[in-house]
Amino acid sequence: MKYKSQKVAYWFFALSMLLFGLQLVYGFIMGFAHAGYDGLHDIIPFNTAKAVHLNLLVVWLLSGFMGAAYYIIPEEAQRELVSVKLAYVQLISLALVGVAAIVGFHFNIWEGRKFLEIPRGLDYLVVVNILLFLGLILVTLFKGKRQTTTALVLSMGLLFAALLYLPGMLPFDSQVTDSFFRWWVVHLWVEGVWELIMGGILSFLLIKLTGVDREVIEKWLYVIVGLTFLSGVLGTGHHYYYIGVNKIWLIVGGIFSALEPLAFLAMALFAVNMYRKGEKKHPNKLALYWTLGAAIVSFVGAGLLGFAHTLPQTNLYTHGTLVTAMHGHLAFWGAYAMIVLAIISYSLPNMTGRKLYDSSIGRMAFWFSNIGMIGMTVAFGVAGVAQVYMERIMKMEFMEVQKHTEIHFIVLIICATLFSTGVILYMIDFYKHGTPNDEALVAKE
Amino acid sequence: MLSKKQARAFFLGGTLVTFLIFIGLTVYSLSGEQDQTNEENLTAEVVRGKEIWETNNCMGCHTILGEGGYYAPELTKVVDRLNVKYNDNGEEIIKGILMSKTPWQPNGRQMVAYGMTEGEATDVIAFFNWVGEIDLNGFGEVVGVDRKISPLAKDKINN
Repeated sequence: MKYKSQKVAYWFFALSMLLFGLQLVYGFIMGFAHAGYDGLHDIIPFNTAKAVHLNLLVVWLLSGFMGAAYYIIPEEAQRELVSVKLAYVQLISLALVGVAAIVGFHFNIWEGRKFLEIPRGLDYLVVVNILLFLGLILVTLFKGKRQTTTALVLSMGLLFAALLYLPGMLPFDSQVTDSFFRWWVVHLWVEGVWELIMGGILSFLLIKLTGVDREVIEKWLYVIVGLTFLSGVLGTGHHYYYIGVNKIWLIVGGIFSALEPLAFLAMALFAVNMYRKGEKKHPNKLALYWTLGAAIVSFVGAGLLGFAHTLPQTNLYTHGTLVTAMHGHLAFWGAYAMIVLAIISYSLPNMTGRKLYDSSIGRMAFWFSNIGMIGMTVAFGVAGVAQVYMERIMKMEFMEVQKHTEIHFIVLIICATLFSTGVILYMIDFYKHGTPNDEALVAKE
Repeated sequence: MLSKKQARAFFLGGTLVTFLIFIGLTVYSLSGEQDQTNEENLTAEVVRGKEIWETNNCMGCHTILGEGGYYAPELTKVVDRLNVKYNDNGEEIIKGILMSKTPWQPNGRQMVAYGMTEGEATDVIAFFNWVGEIDLNGFGEVVGVDRKISPLAKDKINN
């Protein structure tokens, strides 16, 4: 750690860990309900569990991205954060808004739009919170000694993510238009600007971990985010095939979303090549695991499994089935959860001064969570494909089909247990590092 | 070999062009002539139904237009499907489920008992009926009752 203010990042990461843990609990509630054990129905019905599971994901990832920005921007801009106090205000308000939303979901207070369930009143607070965050980051960046491509791409991702939250707040009478603009937020976040954030973090980590020249890494960063937008923006069309808008989206969405895996492939190749090229072998092995892991698993989860049901001919039958949950889980895990865990693994020893670079707990955390998540993805996939055939092709009734797929959710729960064991081990490792302190400061370059 | 400057130009240029095309296509497909939703039938009842749909997060379990929770049935064309199953009493069945004070639990999977008023239930049904009439580029046939009939054969049946 080179700047005192980077310590703020630790507390954002700690909030991430807490919310991530809670997200898993609600995931289990849903898994059991799918397997036929909905004993908690009266207190936490499925729609509550679902809203909590999704929103905790969004909030813990955002908190992780923010922590990443608070760590990376001072180092890249070569100056302290403009205000540490305001950063803490922002952290606390983020936690409060998140908790208020989650509690509200248990009392039927929500907006009932997938991924954007946070009620309108709280939406405004989210906007204020994000503006404060962006203010702190951007002012630090532009007052800094240098504006690197890595910092610019990361900040651009964060700025666009904030702007794209707004279309989700527009009210519409028609379900079709409502859905149309909901994807402006959800799709353009996860298959657009969040990839800028991911790319920025990845590039920072590769520069630090491999020692490859910044100019080389940042050049490829531009190519990757270029490919992302080139395919991802018009790729939004794959959400518009069957929601009641023009057929033109079948062609546009089909072609461009089929290109989306290219951006992820480029990212995976880039990360692996930089690692091979790098002469510096940073001692933080765990950070390297998570960094390369994120690049590779995101290609499989977001790229390949996304492609598996993105063509209109396939999607006609898989649209609205568990096949989507299969892709969703590995994609979010690989692309976003793993990159947050990568930056935490890298920065934690630097902030706390405890250089636990490689440990069996850390390695087990990586392998258990990844193998568990792959198992979960397979379980979702089998259930999803079975559902498509029985319900959509053989015309069996929904609940009859669900009875047949219950067994896959037992498998899912077993794999989720392995996954959660990995995550808990990661949290133990996090806790073992202790808290950040000024003794961890190192001389500036 | 590609320079950093060229890479940046590729990123900025590509992004700008695709965004402009995206905005253009959005304007085109949401324009009045391209309407596939029968917007003129979007009555106050339907809008109230959508509001009830949202304030109770029905999408947290069900799907509509293929979007939602995957835990409970797709509700696009639900009235048609229940009409076939229950002798044209689809709407009555839905009304019963929405107004019930005890959880509806087909095959043991429970739904929240909303205990709606008759007016609220009627609004939700109006919303389902409106959604059921939308031209979904073929998806309506996949989730509807006539999904095995080729769209080309439709005219013959109507005649």
